[in-house]
Amino acid sequence: MNIFASVGRLFLLFLAEVGRLTRFTVSAVSSIVRPPVYWRLLLQQIMRIGWFSLPVVGLTAFFTGGALALQIFIGGNRYGAEAIVPQIVVLGITRELGPVIAGLMVAGRVAAAIAAEIGTMRVTEQIDALTTLSTNPVKYLVVPRLIAAVLTMPILVAIADSIGVFGGYIVATKSLGFNGAVYLKNTADFVTSHDVMSGLVKAAVFGFVIALMGCYSGFNSKGGAQGVGRATTNAVVSSSILILAANYLLTSILFTS
Amino acid sequence: MDTKIELQGVKKRFGQKVVLDGVDLKIGKGESVVIIGGSGSGKSVTIKSVLGIVRPDAGKIFVDGKETTHLHGRAREAVLKKFGMLFQGAALFDSLPVWENVAFGLIQGRGMGRKKAKDIAIAKLAKVGLGSEVASLSPSELSGGMQKRVGLARAIAADPEILFFDEPTTGLDPIMADVINDLITSTVKDLGVTAISITHDMTSARKISDRIAMLYKGKIIWHGPTKDIDNSGNEYVDQFIHGRAEGPIKMEVRG
Repeated sequence: MNIFASVGRLFLLFLAEVGRLTRFTVSAVSSIVRPPVYWRLLLQQIMRIGWFSLPVVGLTAFFTGGALALQIFIGGNRYGAEAIVPQIVVLGITRELGPVIAGLMVAGRVAAAIAAEIGTMRVTEQIDALTTLSTNPVKYLVVPRLIAAVLTMPILVAIADSIGVFGGYIVATKSLGFNGAVYLKNTADFVTSHDVMSGLVKAAVFGFVIALMGCYSGFNSKGGAQGVGRATTNAVVSSSILILAANYLLTSILFTS
Repeated sequence: MDTKIELQGVKKRFGQKVVLDGVDLKIGKGESVVIIGGSGSGKSVTIKSVLGIVRPDAGKIFVDGKETTHLHGRAREAVLKKFGMLFQGAALFDSLPVWENVAFGLIQGRGMGRKKAKDIAIAKLAKVGLGSEVASLSPSELSGGMQKRVGLARAIAADPEILFFDEPTTGLDPIMADVINDLITSTVKDLGVTAISITHDMTSARKISDRIAMLYKGKIIWHGPTKDIDNSGNEYVDQFIHGRAEGPIKMEVRG
């Protein structure tokens, strides 16, 4: 009986958490359309979330593209199909790896930072202070981060796509003996706008997940430094899992019709 | 005297723990009331209920005779414009310089232009004894006492009708504590505001209040004019104001 009781209790806790997250999401999204818009904060968040994520996203995309080219070459070699490298690289990067890798890197960087900042504001009563100064904390803190992440993630992924393909191109031409012009022509002929666009749609969804989970964890942190640490961990773990789950869901929606 | 704030049977519990168990309190216009009580007696939750940061489970709260218990959104923001609050740790926004902290309610809450708001902020800083050279500093560059002063300047920036002080002297040295007490008394008198403070510092309580109410186990167990506090005839109050370990109040080691 005890096992059933504890499983049941865990399940109830899980449902309560889902309920809280849903309520938070609804209040955040409905705040987006209501004035005022904090332009200054939005611009600041675009810089923090988008611009400063460029180096880390670019570097990971470059190495991923390179490793991908190498693997496809080695694997293709078993069937005498090594010439397929440019096509598979561009497909893999634009459809899956670009958005997922950028999403996970930004989750580590940005979701953690958002949760730590908002969590500290929560435990030092700065969020209550916002309320007493007639400012809605959700509008002031959550909305700029949500909009900035949804806007900048597709741009980051578009850049990651180009750098990833470029990584594959470097490896293929420098160490696998591909002709540069042929490689680029094969890439350009093969990739479709649907491949790229689907990746960008994923990116926008991932941006939403990252900012939402960062803000949600921060808002609900309690109990000093330890609580803020827990919020930061939760933000990264939950946004990473949600990104991978959403990625599967989006792939099945976008590519099986 | 007109009643400014009234609490009727306000109850609140968090999980199993009952924090407020029917708080009744009336605060007159222009009066300065101090709520005393041990840690965890529900002092903070009481004033946060009035502000709407904490939603009471039962009971009613009136501000200027109108019920505000369940207001939210725009209606709540409108009521909050009457309030200013000094938080225990000052709760300054560390991403903003001092003057923007003071001007925050004017710029964000009331849509005032930044230039005009900055002038007002500097005037308010002067009121709490801080020069204009402090205005551009970051809050983290200030000492605890100076942060409290900036917090006070922020609380009075929009000329509120009601001021709340959450443990205004906690964590300050005795001299700085007295400076803050003087600032509170003078601002309350000058602005003619209604004030509620919560504290467990009896020196501060005696100095800044017209009336004292004691909260114990989620209820107001005694209230009366400050001059009567030593002859309250209430053994709980006596134990608390003299800081004795022995008496009817037993310290709960586990909350």
